[in-house]
Amino acid sequence: MKKNWWKLIAIVFVFYTIIAGFLFHVPAQPILHETIRNLYFHVPMWFAMMTILFVSLWNSIAYLSKSNIQSDILASQAANTGMLVGFLGLITGSIWARYTWGAWWVADTKLNGAAITILIYLAYFVLRGSIDEEQKRARIAAVYNIFAYVMLIVFLMILPRMNDSLHPGNGGNPGFNKYDLDSTMRMVFYPAVIGWILLAVWIFTLRVRLEKIKRKIVFND
Amino acid sequence: MIKPLKKTVSLVAMLILSASGFAQQNQPVEMADGLYQSGKIYVVVTVLSVIFAGIIGYLIMIDRRIGKLEKELKNK
Repeated sequence: MKKNWWKLIAIVFVFYTIIAGFLFHVPAQPILHETIRNLYFHVPMWFAMMTILFVSLWNSIAYLSKSNIQSDILASQAANTGMLVGFLGLITGSIWARYTWGAWWVADTKLNGAAITILIYLAYFVLRGSIDEEQKRARIAAVYNIFAYVMLIVFLMILPRMNDSLHPGNGGNPGFNKYDLDSTMRMVFYPAVIGWILLAVWIFTLRVRLEKIKRKIVFND
Repeated sequence: MIKPLKKTVSLVAMLILSASGFAQQNQPVEMADGLYQSGKIYVVVTVLSVIFAGIIGYLIMIDRRIGKLEKELKNK
């Protein structure tokens, strides 16, 4: 239990946001109405994705400098978990868009950027799957992964800020000010972000442990 | 000394309780209203909590199983 305290934090924080996210006061905004509460659930998905993909990037760089296959396992499993939360972010965003903007998908910089980011990362797995030799696969995938994260920053952070976008937090506005995040909302939103990030990390560690067990059984190393 | 005192205390307590019971007869019946308030949003919260509890329980189970496997592989 000593090593698992952060899992407990993840559980407590997300539980708290499920309860507080529905029951606490939120500012009344036109168009958004009660869907403003989606902020507590949709946005943390992207925070979790960017964090876990950063872990992936970190380990890819570590692989390139040390050539330790453990780093490659960490990088690939992190990217995999990142895709899980990324897809959840896309789907929840699409549902939210349907009932506020009136369409499941809008040709918006932020939305298309998110979709392209996901596609770039899917290509990472295609690339991995196409190379049999382990060290070669790890090295090429690591290089590609660095490119992928740079593209993520471009598509999720830079381009949406340079264009007008329906999505809040864009069009020159870097923060959440458009949401009128009041202090009650912050009290729920920040724990939500931390909770979901930790939950994603938990799933990531499970994947890593499973992969290591698999390698031990299959390759005996 | 103490026993009769206890009896009187409990008698008074019962009297007060029954009095309040009489007083409430004309008021609307108090039920477990918590889950019915404000558009029944509490029901949604409960459902979501149950789902999340289930997922967390499942995650913990997987976590433990992996832990056991790791131990077995170490002992091999």
